[in-house]
Amino acid sequence: MTLQPRPLLYVSALIALMLSILPLPWHLDWLRPDFLLLVVIWFAIMAPRSGGLLFAWVAGLALDAFHGVLLGEHAFAFVVVAYLVHRFHLRVRMFTIGQQALVVLALLAIYQFLLWWIDGMTHHPLSNWARWLPVLTGALLWLPFTGFMDRYLARG
Amino acid sequence: MRDTVASPTGARVSALGLRALVLAAISVAVMVVDYRQQHLKVVRSALQAAAYPLQLIVQSPFAAWEWARSELATHNTLLTENTRLSREVEQDRLRLQRLEAAEQENVRLRALVQASPRVPDHVLLAEILRLDLDPYRQRVLINRGTNHGVQKGQAVIDADGVFGQVTNVGPFSAEVLLISDAAHATPVQISRNGLRTIADGTGDPRRLTLPYLPRNADVKVDDVLLSSGLGGVFPPGYPVGRVTEVRRDPSQPLAVVSAEPAAALDRDRDVLLVQSEQPVPPPAEPAPSKPPGKRRDSASGASGARQ
Repeated sequence: MTLQPRPLLYVSALIALMLSILPLPWHLDWLRPDFLLLVVIWFAIMAPRSGGLLFAWVAGLALDAFHGVLLGEHAFAFVVVAYLVHRFHLRVRMFTIGQQALVVLALLAIYQFLLWWIDGMTHHPLSNWARWLPVLTGALLWLPFTGFMDRYLARG
Repeated sequence: MRDTVASPTGARVSALGLRALVLAAISVAVMVVDYRQQHLKVVRSALQAAAYPLQLIVQSPFAAWEWARSELATHNTLLTENTRLSREVEQDRLRLQRLEAAEQENVRLRALVQASPRVPDHVLLAEILRLDLDPYRQRVLINRGTNHGVQKGQAVIDADGVFGQVTNVGPFSAEVLLISDAAHATPVQISRNGLRTIADGTGDPRRLTLPYLPRNADVKVDDVLLSSGLGGVFPPGYPVGRVTEVRRDPSQPLAVVSAEPAAALDRDRDVLLVQSEQPVPPPAEPAPSKPPGKRRDSASGASGARQ
């Protein structure tokens, strides 16, 4: 699978970043999947050389700046997830799409757990079960998302 | 990808793992510095400036829609709105006249008792950007920043009452933490009897709680809460909310009191930034009763600002 990764990488990351603050009606807001993390995971599986750890880290930091939260929070969680994906990317590539979605579910759960943990340590009150919803929606979104990316971004 | 390098000790360390470790360590360091103190203020401000154009792009369709709606408003709608507004202006003017007289009297009386005079507050109009920053926190982004004179910790009000405070400032934009955020505490005073306490946010934009009132405290449903001016963030005398529920459980030492914010926290488009001339107003009013949340009074400004 050959790619022309760099420009595509940045464009997809920017679009994902913008989707992360797109105003949604109240209830959909809680379901919003972590688009940027999906982009990071996809590139880590398909183009690990360009979508490396540094890319994941910068993307996470950009997310922190964009949402005005504690700097480094998302960057940390992104690096951990990207490391796990890189470690197993050859194996994950061979998985069926359903198995991949399960892997993504696990990764998103780890990601959300890390954020929840950091939030707790920095004394952010109030977190309820609804914060785990994006884990589910993200894993569900993986199916159309990876289909779309494979079709339009991956050549060959 | 899983290239390995031999470490001096002979153990084999994965280069990937090493890089991950380094990046994670940097993240943690950044988090600690950002959380502990304000050293990253400049970095944060620069990042916020970089993010602003993108944020504007995201909200531009919504801004365009608003613009189109106002441009395409029919003659009739404009006419009715105009009538309604002029009626409102007339009423407000009437009320203002009475208020002015009262204010002058107040100034005279304060001069008589030699209390420090209250300096009128300066205000700056700002618009809320239509962006979802975070579903778990009550925060908004406004289109005014340090270039317009906005400072961290500045109070934000809307037409009906206290709205929140500025927690982060970039050159063109600033983040406002709403008083309904669960991490926010607002020093308030019950207007009927001057009882001071703290109104905590709940995460619900329609509800505040007053958790530090003893069971026998003199508080009733429909009592109006005003900002007390303690803590130095909010200028005194602005409406914060109205008490909606008081429950007194005989087995509990504290009453359970809820209030509804006066400001339209989840419906506003425009807000006002208040610059109070006195950074920390002296406690001028005599307190009729000892406030139970006294220890947190002084800290509340800081605790509200911490994000």
